[in-house]
Amino acid sequence: MYKDGEGMKTTKLGLSGGEAIAYALKQINPEVFAMYPITPQTPIIESYAKYSANGLVDTELIRTESEHSALSATIGASAAGVRAVTATASQGLLYMYEALSVASGLRLPIVMPVANRAISAPINIHCDHSDSMSAIDQGWMQVYCENAEEAYEMTLFGLKLAESVSLPIMVCIDGFYTSHNMEVINVYDDLTVKKFVGEFKPKYNLLDTDHPITIGALALPDSYMEIRKQMFDAFLEVKDNYSKISKEFKNNFGKEINFYEDYFASSSETVLIVLSSTAESSKDVIDKLRKEGKSVGLLRPILFRPFLYEEYSKALKKAKKIIVLERTEGPGSYPPLYKDICLTVMNTTNKPEVMSLVFGLGGRDIYQKDIEELLVSVIAGKKLKSRYIGIKE
Amino acid sequence: MTEKQKHNLGGVLPGGTALVNKTGSWRSVKPVWDSKKCIHCMLCFNACPEHCILTKKDKTGIKRGETNMDYCKGCGICAEICPVKCIKMVKE
Repeated sequence: MYKDGEGMKTTKLGLSGGEAIAYALKQINPEVFAMYPITPQTPIIESYAKYSANGLVDTELIRTESEHSALSATIGASAAGVRAVTATASQGLLYMYEALSVASGLRLPIVMPVANRAISAPINIHCDHSDSMSAIDQGWMQVYCENAEEAYEMTLFGLKLAESVSLPIMVCIDGFYTSHNMEVINVYDDLTVKKFVGEFKPKYNLLDTDHPITIGALALPDSYMEIRKQMFDAFLEVKDNYSKISKEFKNNFGKEINFYEDYFASSSETVLIVLSSTAESSKDVIDKLRKEGKSVGLLRPILFRPFLYEEYSKALKKAKKIIVLERTEGPGSYPPLYKDICLTVMNTTNKPEVMSLVFGLGGRDIYQKDIEELLVSVIAGKKLKSRYIGIKE
Repeated sequence: MTEKQKHNLGGVLPGGTALVNKTGSWRSVKPVWDSKKCIHCMLCFNACPEHCILTKKDKTGIKRGETNMDYCKGCGICAEICPVKCIKMVKE
């Protein structure tokens, strides 16, 4: 045996976000991949089907007739004690909804990449976060990735995290912006990845006929609450496991995985909070404004469920104004990240002002000039004209 | 008056635990079988959704036996399918 990280090689590859996830899954080589195509997730299953056709993986591909069946097949395979994955987006995720809580309730460590896309109606294939944000309370962990490289890493990391706490995980990337755009990314060698992900030790096995079990049994009012609470409690273990696996990740690949990206946020008065790919371009704006001497930073949550309130309050301890930019709306309420940030700062001494803004629904582009304009006007103490960025009205 | 409960991960149970739940209490009518009229065609045995028709063996082969009232919910399918009408549904 060799030591952690010894002999680790990185290779630069030109991959889209979808291909990067498929590459990570290829290295994981799960026993079962149940698939159903939906834009913009399709590059993931397309690339994986190629790996399978070329004999690079020994995964059983189940071509299902719907997303409901895709997740159901994944649940069945996972309950049978093997690594099982699927991938989806938008209406596909909504069609899976009924089975989402089954996966988490049965405590199956399923990894499901989601290429975030708007939801109907009106029908739209482009990016926003309304799909996965509608499923934040279904007992799935969620991570949001900034670019293809992070999508690759979080697929490996997410698998390990899911198996450590026996909870399913959604690895979310921005549809098209990340899923289809090619980037040059670093991938790690197969052997080190294999060593990092290790052998899957299932918590139970439906096909072990010597020890027959019943899964998904009826639990009436006398026992339902305790069984559900067991799943809720598992979320409390995520933080420690995340840190532990992050250390393992660093030992193997020389890179740490954080709960969030703190881009000058903890030392700034004005903090922009935004998920996924938008954060990457926003950092250029932050750089520009910081050069002009403005106290402005960016906070990009990576682990979104569970939401680690204490960790976020550390990053927001100096903030006076917080702008939460979200690619989803909470009709009749506010979008979810805004609400979580409000809860985070509720008991802090600095009592920052928290603003909620909605942008980019259905793939409407946001430009660096929009973000700059927003930050400049907030810093100047101007009142916001609208909660919606780039709306034509 | 709460008692602490322990559950397996994901509420997983050992196999065969459905037997613990004796669903016969759901019944409002029960099948009464006339063994003299019965021709042992076994149609009721095949039709019972709960496998409640017990069987016995004698020299001439497999015969219909009593009904397992622990799980019989009184659906009346046996009475309906019986070609000689030897099963009658009566109020509990």
